[in-house]
Amino acid sequence: MAAEPRTIAQLARALRTRAITSEAATERCLAEIAGKNSALNAFVAVYEDEARAQARTADHEIARGRYRGPLHGVPISLKDLIDLRGTPTSAASRVREAHVSQEDAPVVGRLREAGAVFVGKCNLHEFAFGTTNEDSAFGPARHPMDANRSPGGSSGGSAISVATGMAYASIGTDTGGSIRIPAAACGIVGLKPGLGEISTAGVVPLSRTMDHVGPLCRSVEDASIVYRTLRGDTPEEQPLEDVRGRRFGIPREYFLSLLDPQVASSFESACDRLRAAGASLEDVEIPHANDIAPVYLHIVLAEAAAYHAKTLDSRPDDYTANVRLRLEMGRYILAEDYVRALNGRDVLRREVDAAMNGRDALLLPALAIPAPRLGVSAVKIAGSDEPVRNITLRLTQLFNLTGHPALALPCGHTADGLPVGAQLVGHHGRTPALLRLGQACEAYLTPTPAR
Amino acid sequence: MTIKGWLDWAVQDAERRALPALKPLLETLARSTAALRAADWNDDASGEQEGPRERDGR
Repeated sequence: MAAEPRTIAQLARALRTRAITSEAATERCLAEIAGKNSALNAFVAVYEDEARAQARTADHEIARGRYRGPLHGVPISLKDLIDLRGTPTSAASRVREAHVSQEDAPVVGRLREAGAVFVGKCNLHEFAFGTTNEDSAFGPARHPMDANRSPGGSSGGSAISVATGMAYASIGTDTGGSIRIPAAACGIVGLKPGLGEISTAGVVPLSRTMDHVGPLCRSVEDASIVYRTLRGDTPEEQPLEDVRGRRFGIPREYFLSLLDPQVASSFESACDRLRAAGASLEDVEIPHANDIAPVYLHIVLAEAAAYHAKTLDSRPDDYTANVRLRLEMGRYILAEDYVRALNGRDVLRREVDAAMNGRDALLLPALAIPAPRLGVSAVKIAGSDEPVRNITLRLTQLFNLTGHPALALPCGHTADGLPVGAQLVGHHGRTPALLRLGQACEAYLTPTPAR
Repeated sequence: MTIKGWLDWAVQDAERRALPALKPLLETLARSTAALRAADWNDDASGEQEGPRERDGR
């Protein structure tokens, strides 16, 4: 029996040459879901019959020479915050139990046109308003390596589906880190594109000015394939670049000042490998970094409360208790403080641009801690108790405020084998360049090369 | 509205709405709001303090 393709790029080559069929690849994913989902709770809906029919259609088209591109016949999953026509979009909440999507979200339409196979929809933190996936109407999703830990969130089910072979990619959303946090926690690649690059229509909003849609995948090359498809571009093989001579800015103060020691050690080792390969790494400053959390909080709370106001009044008990309370908190934010936060956002955006000036990317960890234990509200770092929510958002939320594209990719493991993730941040409007750089860095950041 | 005045009002309102569990969250939010208001980019109509936004011509 031939080795199972690990990435979309490998699967696409096998499908195109008909070394494997989409039906067989889809059956393998469905078998993984059937075998693992009861323990991991990654999927809230599995579309076996539809996926098999889509796979058969893909095989038929490929056999007739109508190959659509590298997602043709590839099994993927969707975070259950994204509309797939004819199915509910639950947002992992009882508030939406009567919902059925009438149309595909534009991103789903693009994937459908590309011939992707939709195996199912994934669990998430209710309404994407949390970073652990614990508060969900379907119960918590569980980390693939330790069922007592969180896979990260809010796109936790999506990350599990990709990490465990239930799907070759998943489409998630990221408002403060919800693609990059679970990608880092589960040892996969996650891309938050630039703000506004990918349509958020047909996606349940959390914060309309900070929501991003993007892929979770097993390699940067795969993230590039899915990203280009979501944009409506034709995915093409990208020339492999060299890291020699590339300049990275390390925002050491604030971003590296509060890390789990094993995350810090893995990240520094990854930096050493990049230096040894000829890259230049220099410390940079974000002068108002200590203001990131207050700025972010006042924007996300106010915007989320505005979206949820009607159902907070009419169906408060249909929210999970924690999410309801956080949404209620947003109803008390004063307009003048929201405006102060918007002004701070402009300041931070310019500071990130300045830090990147003359450099190819910023480089920092994606998640300050390994996957946190379920049911724990704080973790101890450097002798102090840090709220899990704050510490998980700490390294990612800035780039939702500023809109810069950001890529999480594996950079090591803890002694227990839990994944550690790094984050590359690119220039505005240059996500393809960030992805090419990420592909060049991947083998150096990851101790066991992905390819 | 001062932070203290806002917090007193918000806690009272939350209790009136039978949401006493909001109190510690509102206290956390009050600390965050205090930090936000202390930032040096905030506007000053007197023109006496020039923050980073003014310096950058915005």
